[in-house]
Amino acid sequence: MKRDPIYGMMAEFDSAQALVDAARKTHQAGYQKIDAYSPFPIEGLAEEIGFHHDEVPMVVLIGGIIGGLTGYLMQYWISVIDYPLNIGGKPYHSWPSFIVITFEMTILFAGISAVFGMLALNGLPMPYHPVFNVPRFSSASKDRFFLIVFSSDKKYKTDDTRKFLEALAPRSISEVPS
Amino acid sequence: MPEQYKSSTEIERAPVIEPGHTFGTVTEKISAIVLTRPASNGWFLGFGIAFMLAMGMLYAIGYLFLKGVGIWGVTIPIGWGFAILNFVWWIGIGHAGTLISAILLLLRQSWRNSINRFAEAMTLFAVACAGVFPAIHIGRPWLAYWLFPYPNTMRVWPQFRSPLMWDVFAVSTYATISALFWFTGLIPDLATLRDRTDKKILKLIYGMLSFGWRGSARHWHRYETMYLLLAGLATPLVLSVHTVVSFDFAVGIVPGWHTTIFPPYFVAGAIYSGFAMVLMLAIPIRKIYGLEDFITERHLENSAKVMLATGLIVGYGYGIEAFMSWYSGDRYDAFTIWNRLHGPYAPEYYALLICNILIPQVLWIRKFRTNPIALFFVSFVVLVGMWLERFIIIVVSLHRDFLTSSWGMYYPTKWDWMTYIGTIGMFLALMFLFLRVLPAISIFEMRTLLPEAEVKE
Repeated sequence: MKRDPIYGMMAEFDSAQALVDAARKTHQAGYQKIDAYSPFPIEGLAEEIGFHHDEVPMVVLIGGIIGGLTGYLMQYWISVIDYPLNIGGKPYHSWPSFIVITFEMTILFAGISAVFGMLALNGLPMPYHPVFNVPRFSSASKDRFFLIVFSSDKKYKTDDTRKFLEALAPRSISEVPS
Repeated sequence: MPEQYKSSTEIERAPVIEPGHTFGTVTEKISAIVLTRPASNGWFLGFGIAFMLAMGMLYAIGYLFLKGVGIWGVTIPIGWGFAILNFVWWIGIGHAGTLISAILLLLRQSWRNSINRFAEAMTLFAVACAGVFPAIHIGRPWLAYWLFPYPNTMRVWPQFRSPLMWDVFAVSTYATISALFWFTGLIPDLATLRDRTDKKILKLIYGMLSFGWRGSARHWHRYETMYLLLAGLATPLVLSVHTVVSFDFAVGIVPGWHTTIFPPYFVAGAIYSGFAMVLMLAIPIRKIYGLEDFITERHLENSAKVMLATGLIVGYGYGIEAFMSWYSGDRYDAFTIWNRLHGPYAPEYYALLICNILIPQVLWIRKFRTNPIALFFVSFVVLVGMWLERFIIIVVSLHRDFLTSSWGMYYPTKWDWMTYIGTIGMFLALMFLFLRVLPAISIFEMRTLLPEAEVKE
């Protein structure tokens, strides 16, 4: 596959408010493949760039269910089937005693799925990424806000997109080499 | 969120962040501690002492492995001595970190943002110290892995009807989730450090550790969801951990152990001692690193209030224990309380009441809640008190059980002390290292507290 030498066009903003407004306008103007970068989570920003479907909760739910089942079935299989021990005359299937470990395993699996699910869905770890080619982008982890229109967008045309972004009154605009 | 500024003027409370900070100053101030500030002589001295104590612990453990648990003060009837005592003490201390990072997040207590990072680190290190003890006290420590259910050639499995097994799962889950919570919280800040440093090697290390985080809106969205869910999972988890620890005792029939008040009273005690440790760490850290703008009087006061509240729950627990020993009509239970008040360990019991119930009452007075030196002292007293509480529960309950013929006394040896003090050294040494290599305050969460972070639709 031949790669486009240009990854996208990036505009830099001073404030969170400016970024949110710019993202909304860009999305409304018909740009589909855009992304926004900020030094902290901004409520509503993901929705502005057209991100509506967060799969993390489903991943966690599935992880938790698998964990709970694993915990309970493991104890059941060990205590009832594979290695039954008579402990003080208690039934082999002493379900109240199994609750604690079932609970802990639910939390353990759900927690691990939450973290690794988030990383996987975000495509991390990814130490290299084209946006890092923009020198000013290092402030994205400090006090600057960036909006990018990817060159893969249907509406992307170098001159038009640049003009469009300029109209949003950014601090600077740069082309992102890929 | 300018809310905290509003409330600060209305009821004259200190703000969560001193006014005048911007995204830039918050970032620079916190990352400078790691990136540009040279390690002082004081740091080397502190770290050196802590490290030596930790080495003392390794020596004591090495000797233990050579000789066996006979070098300790444990005997029958007191088979659970310092090891279990310190395990319970340390794991309790860890609880405050999770409470701050998870429960206060769910309750939208934004003031937690400046203390959650090092409180989580504290949790992690405290759980590491706690983890030392169960592994070394089992007599044949090289077989500690037998605690886990794994397929083996002996064709045996653990016994899941025992609270000790539940404890293995509770504590190892707690350690795992705490580590995940702490590390994922660090990812955006590691990216900040990567972008701030000029040194190539540091850029590489922080860059790899941050997984290439770039702050994309989609990433933040999933990250926030994950963080909130993890907090929601950690909340019942942290409450379960000390509950399960208390089951180790409450499921037994020893008088002084066999009581239903234990789970809530253990959890309250855990948070009580944990906040005491948070304060004992926060007070010198904010002073030495000049972080008074971020860890303000408000944080100290709020932590003191949590301490006061949980301390009262602990006091209620003591009261109920005494009441039930009379009300139950069980002569062994009644003797337990009589023995605490008049027996050979009575001085410890009175010291416990003074440390945990009497002295912390000064926190009702605002002046004491906002005075760092007074708070530091009260926190120390609480930590001593909570240690004594576990001493009373474990040693004093065991040393006088049902048969007078099996009564005995407990005398900790120098190896017991060396191991215990060594874990304090290990804890502090890890804390010293943490302060130098990772941001001790969550930078990205501090940014969200600034008024400029507010976005209108």
